[in-house]
Amino acid sequence: MLDVRQDFPAIAAGAGHFLDSAASALKPRAVLEAMNQFAGTVYANVHRGAYRLSTTSTELYEKARSRAAEFIGASNPDEVVLCRGTTTGLNMVAAGWGGEHLRPGDRILLTVMEHHANIVPWQMVARRTGAVLDYVGITEDGHLDRDGFVRKLDLQPRVVAFTGMSNVLGSIPPAAALAEAARATGALVVVDGAQLVPHRPVDVQSIGADFLAFSGHKLLGPTGIGVLWGRPERLEEMEPTEGGGEMIANVELDHSTWARIPHRFEAGTPPIIEAVGLTAAFDYLDEIGMESVAAHDAELTNYALKRLSEVEQLRIQGPLTGEDRGGAISFTLGDVHPHDLATILDQRQVSVRAGHHCAKPLMRVLGMPATARASISVYTNNEDIDALISGLEEASGLFGI
Amino acid sequence: MALEELYREVILDHYRNPRNRTALEEPHAAAEGVNPLCGDEVTVELTFGGDVVAGVSVRGHGCSISQSSGSMMGEAIKGLDREAISVLSRRFQESLTSEDSNSESEFGELAALQGVRRYPVRVKCALLPWTTLDEALSA
Ligand SMILES: Cc1ncc(COP(=O)(O)O)c(C=O)c1O
Repeated sequence: MLDVRQDFPAIAAGAGHFLDSAASALKPRAVLEAMNQFAGTVYANVHRGAYRLSTTSTELYEKARSRAAEFIGASNPDEVVLCRGTTTGLNMVAAGWGGEHLRPGDRILLTVMEHHANIVPWQMVARRTGAVLDYVGITEDGHLDRDGFVRKLDLQPRVVAFTGMSNVLGSIPPAAALAEAARATGALVVVDGAQLVPHRPVDVQSIGADFLAFSGHKLLGPTGIGVLWGRPERLEEMEPTEGGGEMIANVELDHSTWARIPHRFEAGTPPIIEAVGLTAAFDYLDEIGMESVAAHDAELTNYALKRLSEVEQLRIQGPLTGEDRGGAISFTLGDVHPHDLATILDQRQVSVRAGHHCAKPLMRVLGMPATARASISVYTNNEDIDALISGLEEASGLFGI
Repeated sequence: MALEELYREVILDHYRNPRNRTALEEPHAAAEGVNPLCGDEVTVELTFGGDVVAGVSVRGHGCSISQSSGSMMGEAIKGLDREAISVLSRRFQESLTSEDSNSESEFGELAALQGVRRYPVRVKCALLPWTTLDEALSA
């Protein structure tokens, strides 16, 4: 088990038993200090000035790109688009690649366990292009239905987009196997890495997808920055969805030409301070080692699953064993509404998420409008889980179940 | 303890056995309320005999606070005229949102919801049926 709580100032400041890291993670001191240090010293706009500060800023901004590439095993920093986060990355692919290449009747294959960020952008481009949406379901035990997936591939989808780890069920689909099968049929493969990248070592070469998007803020980094990785040939096929400064090669009165990839996808002043924070987050995680992060996540997930399964009338939504799942654990307790649970737990400084988790189609499949969710990060420990369990027992008492 | 103040027995009773759940055939006034933040939903339907409420239906799903509030609201407004309902609605909403409130006695069973005042994020749960009622009446 990791012991890194002292690295997180928010914990000393009273964050309590913070079990909502899947929504956004706490930040280690190293990230906060890196941003503060940078903003207070050599900060300037990037890719513009010829003066010293701007050159230094530009180098640090570009450093985030190369660290991102390194972190996910990309062969070249030019395959990394720095953007606002997972949502923006997926929108760029849907509108910029899908908008260019989808034709009426083309199929977009998603899964029912996607976050709205990997559904709505595809609905938008489907409406624009006449493409149609299709969905793979889940099994009884909360995993992706792999047989269903294979059957849906027979229909020759043009795009296959799926999450690397469900933010509700916690299940981790076999991304490499799915990507290989989908690419074999000629589909573009897009992976939502928002939950996977912070918790497991990820190597884009071995996953073999075309695009992978993730967010800095779920990865111990700042808000406002994230990564869209793409195969260079796919990035070349993608239209920029925003025009403006930075993204052009030349501008005439009536037309412009684009800068080379990845810069053509980064219109306007980028999140420079956040990029420095993102680099610090990669450094911090690499120092721990993503294998250790994954082991910590697995150990605590197993502990939480075991403790939760001992609570009377508690129902876990998602895989009941630690196999092929990560530390986002959704549950309900008897007839106690998840919002009531969250209020009761909050009185014990236990923060859990309650609601639909931006996955309404999945909640409909599960047949419930809301669940409570506890999620794990590097700073989570057994005591956080024990506090959760005590809070749940209190809730049972209050509601007489 | 504070939580027992919030989850009083009468609240849990209305949550588990909500009153007036049956939809009305031809309501004279109706509205649907949603709390987009948490997804709680309430539907309010009313029929009138003259100016006085004759039939009430309050349905929905969500947390114990929003659903019990709706159930108690339905009971409280039966037999009241429009004017009395809007006075009750305004006074009740004020009692949950204003700084000082000591008007428990005037609300009968509904006073049980006063415990929610200590939980600012949950006040909107208790208000949802009432704002939906206001909407139904003003439509
Ligand atoms: C699986 C998944 N995809 C996408 C997102 C969206 O991430 P962001 O809001 O950082 O763009 C989230 C975050 O909640 C998520 O859990």
